[in-house]
Amino acid sequence: MIRSLAAGLCLGTLLLAPVASHAQTKPQPKAEVIHWWTSAGESAAVKVFADQFTKAGGIWVDMAIAGGVNARTAAINAIVGGNPPTAMQFNTGKQFDDLVENDFLVNMDSLAKSEKWASIMPAAILAAVTRDGHAYAVPINIHGQNWLFTSNAALAKAGATAPTNWDDLFPALDKLKAAGLIPLAFSGQKNWERGLFNSVLAGMGGGEMFTVFWGKRDIATIKSPQFRTVVDTYRRLHNYVDAGAAARNWNDATGLLIQGKAGMQFMGDWAKGEFSAAGQTPDKEYGCTVLGAKSVSYLMGGDVFAFPKQKDPTKTATQMMLAGLLLDPATQIAFAQKKGSIPVRLDLDTSSLDACARKASGWLADPKTQVPANELLSPPALTGAVEDLISQFWNDPSMTADTFIARLASTMAQPF
Amino acid sequence: MKNPMRRKIGSRVPAQIALVPAVMVALVVYCGSTLWTVWISMTSSRMLPNSNFVGLRQYSSLMGNERWSTSVSNVLLFGGLFVAASLTIGFLLAVLIDQRVRAENLLRSVFMYPFSMSFIVTGLAWRWLLDPTLGIEKLLHDIGFASAHFDWIVRPDRVIYTLVLAAVWHASGLVMAIMLAGLRGVDTEIWKAARVDGLPVWRTYVSIVIPMMAGSFATAGVLLSTSVVRLYDLAVAMTNGGPGISSEVPAKFVMDHLFERGNVGLATAAATTMLMTVIAVIAPWLYWQSRQRAAGKLT
Repeated sequence: MIRSLAAGLCLGTLLLAPVASHAQTKPQPKAEVIHWWTSAGESAAVKVFADQFTKAGGIWVDMAIAGGVNARTAAINAIVGGNPPTAMQFNTGKQFDDLVENDFLVNMDSLAKSEKWASIMPAAILAAVTRDGHAYAVPINIHGQNWLFTSNAALAKAGATAPTNWDDLFPALDKLKAAGLIPLAFSGQKNWERGLFNSVLAGMGGGEMFTVFWGKRDIATIKSPQFRTVVDTYRRLHNYVDAGAAARNWNDATGLLIQGKAGMQFMGDWAKGEFSAAGQTPDKEYGCTVLGAKSVSYLMGGDVFAFPKQKDPTKTATQMMLAGLLLDPATQIAFAQKKGSIPVRLDLDTSSLDACARKASGWLADPKTQVPANELLSPPALTGAVEDLISQFWNDPSMTADTFIARLASTMAQPF
Repeated sequence: MKNPMRRKIGSRVPAQIALVPAVMVALVVYCGSTLWTVWISMTSSRMLPNSNFVGLRQYSSLMGNERWSTSVSNVLLFGGLFVAASLTIGFLLAVLIDQRVRAENLLRSVFMYPFSMSFIVTGLAWRWLLDPTLGIEKLLHDIGFASAHFDWIVRPDRVIYTLVLAAVWHASGLVMAIMLAGLRGVDTEIWKAARVDGLPVWRTYVSIVIPMMAGSFATAGVLLSTSVVRLYDLAVAMTNGGPGISSEVPAKFVMDHLFERGNVGLATAAATTMLMTVIAVIAPWLYWQSRQRAAGKLT
């Protein structure tokens, strides 16, 4: 028994040896990438990266996992289990804080320096991948989160015009309501209830109040009269939502705009994918704008690729090779076209993007308009706790604005 | 005397060796993971588990968490109504089928059918049925009952009852099958004796048949109770905890905080609290059972 086992081992070693030496002489870089871009438009976008990597002589192993939470859980389990992927997707923000703290991610400083990230990216996006002065991820794209989409068919039917500021919003909503249409298409999941709140907070309260609320958790700001106006406006919007909203998905709400059954929807720019899948184009069948106070506050979220530390140095070389491709100007434009986002580099010619993306590029030219999104400012645990409160306030008409503000203040004071 | 003894030991050793993997799995996977969960609940773990001891801080923030208290009261209300309604309806269905009705096999299949569906499918189907802009309410409006209202799924104060409705629909068929087996196990002589004594049928059920079916009720009750504790997928598919936090349940609290919210410390504190509650209910029952067994009343 033992003798045959030893013989088997010897034989196995003999057989494996030439294979291993062969592999060492000609290593072909192989990139395993975990991401959650699974819809038609998204997978077309990620194929832009895959094609570039293949063209550069690598093998792209696509590990798409549906759903952000599932994909991140799988990737983190792989890292903790000692089998890290080459690259993994995160949303721009604090999702990878713990991985940085535990020293699981490759430092990207050399790339950031050679490509001059500081001069080509919005400061908030660069800050979102930087911890203690070091870059730990590569930003890929920027998604705007607080767009107001309008259905031109529905507005025409109600005799209303697309609002350009908060004062025009409510008269237009009233006209839509009077015409028997759904004024505000809405989907009653907690994250969209928070998304709508954020649109009002950034739009009426301004970028500074938004940053202070989520980033500094300043109690005085929460108790200020300006914040109170934001809360009241948010509550007022509930009058324009239909009963079916509670059990509706965001893309079905966008579908109501496409069919001309609803007038407006606050949503991120990923909603453009629904419109273009239905053959509609911006500024023609539908409108897109961001409502602001004195100036527009464009809530910038997006995606990054992080590169978990590897034991094998050849794998680290593969990571740097992949990271170097992501910010190539042509790749950035091609990716943004497919994804409906805008490039993370501000020094590119965006004339080939759609009308909404061109508006966004124009706003982002001004640093005052760039406002970091919720995910960039607060850790998921705090965001979740506040989200629960926002959701309770939105759904419970008996909860007064005072109660809501008092409970926000006490939640913000907790350690997160 | 010696011979059978040796045979007994000889036959036991291989059996015990064969059990070792199962025991190891139980010890390492279940007990080990449970202890680890309890330990992590006393640390400040966020997205990744760490070993920074903070005592009972996670528990105190759990107790102050309104979503948690809503989840707990929801699952108690849900559990009570769901178990009671499923047992009652299941038993009544079994009694009806037991009347030697025609097409018994067909009816049995129809009643059992919901149980063959996953909670996700059940939840989605009921979500669409109860959606006031798509389902029953719209149907009533379309056929002329314009004032009809059936919007419980979007009302924070009623939504939990819609979960009960869907879960009862799902589970009643299974309870019926268990109860039917119990009813068929009742000796026909008992029925004859009751008829001779002039006992009304309902009285025979209440005073004689139901007490004889204690085993069936216990089996169904245990099965239903476990599905109350792990109530998760139905709530996710049907209401996703909404509107607001009005249909949140403890298992969903744990899952959301474990993954989406990167708050492993709070999630494990909630999981430990759930475990303690279940133990607090089961332990006295097991103790009572062992006392009964010792007294020779139970086999």
